[in-house]
Amino acid sequence: MVSETTNLLETKDLLKWFPQRGGFLNRAQSYLKAVDGVTLGVRKGETLGLVGESGCGKTTLGRTIMRLTEPSGGSVKFEGNEISKLRRGALKPFRRKMQMVFQDPYASLDPRQSVRSALVEPMRIHKITRSRKESNDFAEELIDKVGLNQDHLSRFPHEFSGGQRQRIAVAIALAARPSFLVLDEPTSSLDVSVQAQVLTLLQDLKQNLGLTYLFISHNLAVIRQMCDRTAVMYLGRVVEYAPTRLLFDNPKHPYTVALLSSVPIPDPRKRGQLAVLSGDVPNAIDIPSGCRFRTRCEFATDRCSSVSPPLVEVEKDHWVECLYDIDFSKRSKMELVA
Amino acid sequence: MTLKKEEGPILNISDLRVTFHTYAGDVKALNGVDLTVRKGEVLGLVGESGCGKSVTSLAVAGLLPRNAEFVGGTITLAGADILKMSREQIRLRRLTDLAMVFQDPMTYLNPVLTIGSQILEIITQEPQLFTSTLVRHRLEEIQSEGKEGPALAAERERLLSMSRTGKAGRREVNRLARHYVISILRKVRLPNPAKVLDMYPFELSGGMRQRVMIAMALVRRPKLLLADEITTALDVTVQAQILQLLRELRNEIDASIILITHDLAVVAEVCDRVAVMYAGNIVELADVDELYSNPLHPYSKGLLASIPRVDEVRTQQVSIGGSVPNLLFPPSGCRFHPRCPMAFGKCSQVKPPLVEVKPGHLVACLLYEE
Amino acid sequence: MAEKEPDRSSQTGRWADTRYMLHLFRQNPIVLAGTLISAASVIIALISGLLVSSTYWNHITPSASLCWNNQLIDWHISNVYNCGGPVYPLGTDLYGRGLLQMIIVAIPVDLQIAFEVVASAMIIGIVLGGVAAYMGGAVDEIILRVTDIFLAVPGILLAIVLLVVLGRTIPILTTAVLITWWPFYVRLARSQVLSEKEKLYVERLRATGAGGARILFRHIIPNTIYPLLIQGTLDIGAVILTVSALMFIGLTPDPKYPELGNLAKQGIQYIFTAPWLILFPGLTLLIISVGFNLLGDGIRDVFDPRLRR
Repeated sequence: MVSETTNLLETKDLLKWFPQRGGFLNRAQSYLKAVDGVTLGVRKGETLGLVGESGCGKTTLGRTIMRLTEPSGGSVKFEGNEISKLRRGALKPFRRKMQMVFQDPYASLDPRQSVRSALVEPMRIHKITRSRKESNDFAEELIDKVGLNQDHLSRFPHEFSGGQRQRIAVAIALAARPSFLVLDEPTSSLDVSVQAQVLTLLQDLKQNLGLTYLFISHNLAVIRQMCDRTAVMYLGRVVEYAPTRLLFDNPKHPYTVALLSSVPIPDPRKRGQLAVLSGDVPNAIDIPSGCRFRTRCEFATDRCSSVSPPLVEVEKDHWVECLYDIDFSKRSKMELVA
Repeated sequence: MTLKKEEGPILNISDLRVTFHTYAGDVKALNGVDLTVRKGEVLGLVGESGCGKSVTSLAVAGLLPRNAEFVGGTITLAGADILKMSREQIRLRRLTDLAMVFQDPMTYLNPVLTIGSQILEIITQEPQLFTSTLVRHRLEEIQSEGKEGPALAAERERLLSMSRTGKAGRREVNRLARHYVISILRKVRLPNPAKVLDMYPFELSGGMRQRVMIAMALVRRPKLLLADEITTALDVTVQAQILQLLRELRNEIDASIILITHDLAVVAEVCDRVAVMYAGNIVELADVDELYSNPLHPYSKGLLASIPRVDEVRTQQVSIGGSVPNLLFPPSGCRFHPRCPMAFGKCSQVKPPLVEVKPGHLVACLLYEE
Repeated sequence: MAEKEPDRSSQTGRWADTRYMLHLFRQNPIVLAGTLISAASVIIALISGLLVSSTYWNHITPSASLCWNNQLIDWHISNVYNCGGPVYPLGTDLYGRGLLQMIIVAIPVDLQIAFEVVASAMIIGIVLGGVAAYMGGAVDEIILRVTDIFLAVPGILLAIVLLVVLGRTIPILTTAVLITWWPFYVRLARSQVLSEKEKLYVERLRATGAGGARILFRHIIPNTIYPLLIQGTLDIGAVILTVSALMFIGLTPDPKYPELGNLAKQGIQYIFTAPWLILFPGLTLLIISVGFNLLGDGIRDVFDPRLRR
């Protein structure tokens, strides 16, 4: 799974715990374990999808990888270099190669900054261009690449629609000439018709510029459309991890199965097939012992509360964190881990 | 309340035009909306942001802001013309005929009051509207409980005399209301309804709060339920629970539902008929099977072709070019023509009317005019 | 693939903001009044040198002391001197100087001190408050505590002490008032920056690789400056009143000094015999400070919604 030669980005047992302070001396009384031991790798040139519901930790994982928030433990490697503990100065060259596009297009742009100024800024910070003319030329090239007009350069964010702002955000991310892009729900705030445009744009850019994507989303349909491999997260851990086609055709983790069958399909002939997963997501402060999904899992046994399942390769390149190999159609299971 | 036999549709919107007066100019939000909702059906109202679906439902509920002007058209709810009513009359209507459920339950519930006090308030603010319902409900409850002790028998007598005289003391009403509300909470599948009454909104999860909102709507036994993006803010597994609840409820309650959403998959899951809106107009209206297998309007076709699906990967990326128009300066003629791949000359001059092209399938497009 | 652009001409360009501003003025005539008054006082201050000679205040004409030659208002007070000679539209003061002329010379003095105090307080506030909020930790604590100390001391008393100890000159006066004024701006700037730095675009800038100084000074502060500007405008009136009050109680470099409070001071003794001495400077003080106050309110109404956009 974590093949050192081709991974552009790698995490190993990555942790992000938020201390819940209180009491007399404001000590940490408990921890909100947003990311609780995530090991995954993004191969050069692929799009890795990260999917899960709210509270699963996918956004925190993205932010931790980008060092926007400090990891509590574990390692993050970019191109083989350990970056989880680097200080600001040493981190800067990596910041250039790793960029991020955020979910909310309305809040991610400085309202007082013109588009041109926002595009040129990364160039200045990372000294990508050497003169004003070079900067302007590159800005014009970028704005064209994302499908907007030259006269948009002198305008301000509030003059644009959501889809256009997201294109601007992508252009700004590309201004640093990165090789790796973290996309945090880039189309979730957009209308359906605009969503398709932006997704198409992202795919074209990836091909033309040779980029690698970490695509975070709660929308399984979009994930299926965009991602080569997909990781499913639940309560801070990756519970299943496989090439997308395999994941959707042959899911092995009960949560993945529940997730997939909860998504309605835009075809009335297929209605009435929604499987309903009972209960609510437990909070990340009081994580269930053993397997964290056991409180909602219909296949849970006593062992599940005492043994924490490791990540096991059930078929080539398909990893699951479960004690059992479950046949969902026959509703039977076999022990996977002794 | 008189018992009138309603034969026609529960809601009839005809050529509704609404304009918002803002500092930047007039936003022509609704441009002649035609819509009917039959008794007992679930109608999906689908469209992207700015298409006017929320404005339409707010217009029906009489909840439009002060800078909104009804430029034309009619809204008839349960036989009564809404646009001719005073604000007070509309408010009473909202209490009895119409109920709305909104998108984000956390902002629509008062965080400092218990769930119980908020739901009960609906009943206790106009108790006379509910007395007969409460009495009847409690009588049914007593009957279904089987063997009757002396206490229950005495209660039954009290209730029967109440229904004869039509009068009830306040404490009695509160007690009956509590029973009634608990049964509604049970109907929306909330575990432990009696306990929920004493809980505060922050103690409940998102899905449970949305159920509470639905319960608050059902308390009044409305004839029409307006559900505005009720699952948009929920996780997909919670959304599945709510959608299942809706499907079960529609067999149990007597109301018609308008389900407003931008999600075509949700519509396919629960609705009988679908209306597609674009920039202030209904552009297509059909039975749900018909629309998804045979969309006629270019916008509907584009939309259905471009949404990603979880059950298949599209080999070709299709998308609708351009973006939603600014309704301060809406396009002339058919408002979709600037983005339409099939547009021709007349499209920019004439606004296409909504016509029945096949039985039960209406489209507003000049391509289908003879 | 270029998108077809919808026509947004009424929402774009600089004229959109002007139109919005005019719309608000139409709705709120009081704000318009405030703007006009403030503008008028600034204009008078600027051209005061052209209207009245700047050394006017130093001449004494004993024969014209406490005169009221203006026939339009009858004070119904006996012994209102009617000195022969030129007409004094607002009467004369103790030193025989025309009150109207004195007021025209005094307005720029007051406004200049007020602008200096407010501008300096704003700069100090932005820098200290911004750095405190952005860096947090020990830096924040230190700056906050120092600010608290200054806030705890009653402002006017501190200014009085400084003036008495260090001498009654205009620079000392300006500095004394500034010292009592800056803590509010530090607090204000700090709270603004504190909330702004949580915004998503700040995080995006960090992801891009921008350093703290760039983010703070080029992005956060320009976005948070409006509340400070509003507070500054509101404060101009307050500072003028403070300076006048200090002069009024006698902390003036020269009893003849052209300053509105100083002029009013003369009037206490003569309040029944020459009421114009205290009335007109006082009225001027009132109008100017109310004018700036309303202007500040107006700016808040005009600019806040834009921040929300």
